[in-house]
Amino acid sequence: MKAARIDLRHFTGFPLITGVCLILLYAPLLIVAVYSFNDSPSITTWEGLSLRWYRDVFFGVEASKFKTAAFNSITIASMAATVATILATSAATAMSRAGQFKGKSVSFALINLPLMVPEIVTAVATLIFFSAIGFTTGYLSILLAHIVFCIPFAYLPISARMQGIPDGYEQAALDLYATRWQAFRLILLPLMLPGILSGFLLAFIISLDDFIITSFVKGAGIETLPTAIFGAVKIGIKPNIMAISTLLLVVSILFVTLSYLIGRAGEKSN
Amino acid sequence: MAGQLSSNNGNASNIYQGNGLTLMLPSWLVICVLLVVPVGIMLVYSFLTKEFRGGVIWEFSLAAYDQFFFYRGLFGDEAPTIEWTYIAIFWRSIWQAGLATILCLIIGFPTAWFIATRPPSSRAFWLFLITIPYWVNLLIRTISMKFLIRDEGPINEFLIWLGPISEPIHMINTNFAVQLGLFYSYLPFMVLPIYASVERYDFGLSEAAADLYASRWVTLRKIILPVVKPGVIAGCILVFVPSLGAFLAPDLLGGAKNFMIGSLIEEQFKGNAGNWPFGAAAAMILLTMVLIVLIIYARAQNRERT
Repeated sequence: MKAARIDLRHFTGFPLITGVCLILLYAPLLIVAVYSFNDSPSITTWEGLSLRWYRDVFFGVEASKFKTAAFNSITIASMAATVATILATSAATAMSRAGQFKGKSVSFALINLPLMVPEIVTAVATLIFFSAIGFTTGYLSILLAHIVFCIPFAYLPISARMQGIPDGYEQAALDLYATRWQAFRLILLPLMLPGILSGFLLAFIISLDDFIITSFVKGAGIETLPTAIFGAVKIGIKPNIMAISTLLLVVSILFVTLSYLIGRAGEKSN
Repeated sequence: MAGQLSSNNGNASNIYQGNGLTLMLPSWLVICVLLVVPVGIMLVYSFLTKEFRGGVIWEFSLAAYDQFFFYRGLFGDEAPTIEWTYIAIFWRSIWQAGLATILCLIIGFPTAWFIATRPPSSRAFWLFLITIPYWVNLLIRTISMKFLIRDEGPINEFLIWLGPISEPIHMINTNFAVQLGLFYSYLPFMVLPIYASVERYDFGLSEAAADLYASRWVTLRKIILPVVKPGVIAGCILVFVPSLGAFLAPDLLGGAKNFMIGSLIEEQFKGNAGNWPFGAAAAMILLTMVLIVLIIYARAQNRERT
């Protein structure tokens, strides 16, 4: 036995830096959340707890503007995430259940392309494309643009899950004269459900999150929540913005936690 | 349980042999029509003539690239000299993105290392803690940062109340603010790949090295570094690339003085001062730079594999 083992796993200071990292990540969000309960028309001075600015968000002067924007954001995110999830499920089936085929590596690159092209470039290209073919910008152009960048985010958890599922059950079903469609619908799909759900949730958040692409392709007269908030912040941060931000913060964290828990429950059941 | 049922791993399954392309087709269609073709049209637009109220005239012209690289005097009749304005903006963007990447590495590496050396059962939870902020709306994170570092913001108020300073430290609208914003935007991209590479590392190897009288430094350099390097490089690229074209952090935290590529491009498509071919050309140049970085990375990876 050697007396002094060199411990290469642990470095002094690393736990401290991890602590700093977590503080840097969470402090700004927490502070904004706290200040959103401030009973003061100024964002600087603290005048005690109140729900005043939440009331303002829902019933104040700008309430109708934010409600319309929220409606647009949520409906676009739901539809974009649904379409992206269907496309991603089909693509994941091709990538992990169809053996080798021509164009497989190109397909993989293509699925991930929206992650590689800088967002601002995608925004410019999509705007120019819609303008060149004479497509009216508005709700539909936002939806189409969102579907594209939602695909890789839906694809990642779905394909990870599918690769983790051995195809024995499906093979057994096929041996017992199930059609391939039956094997897919009755066996693979239920096993895939956790992956598909977390893919959908991630795509939903990514769509809800998008600012730059939306602001390019939306045209005049329609706002999503991020573009409406950005417009308001350009004038100055007001307390009602902090309340909206906190609400959106809670929604995002709720969705991600849900996605995480579903994914983990799925892993355990496997 | 399910794992033992079949020798055939899902990865190599060929149940849908022959249907691969059919199943890929919908995604192919959407991404080609709504991303690949648009980038192609953008390339074409960068060679067209600008129309003054936004949009283009269908007439071939090199004016956009010419304006980017050369200065020909106020009336365009002087001998061309190099135009530094836009090159400087690109250079500043590279610089800012690079510094943000280093900042992410300094904080991200120890964090990833720390998480990877936790007991396996708690690692997922730590990773989850790191990734949550990434899923919070980027705009909201940037606004939070702006709120925090304002002259009258909580940090300055706190420091003044505490006593070390009497005047607020001016942080907003500085280079530092932009780096901080980029750091805040993309930190998880640094932590995740480094974590993945450290987690794969077998610490038995470094114990073996120590048994053979390797010093701590030699072990670190000769054994751990080669294993961890791919993760570090991947993390740096994942932070650097989106930082380069970022819009929100420079716009909200940097102000007019700290203009980056994103704002330069955005400006060409907003309002009457717009110049679509020029914006398309700038976006093309940005895309080319990003592709060069990615290709160098892919090549280096291939070389290491063979």
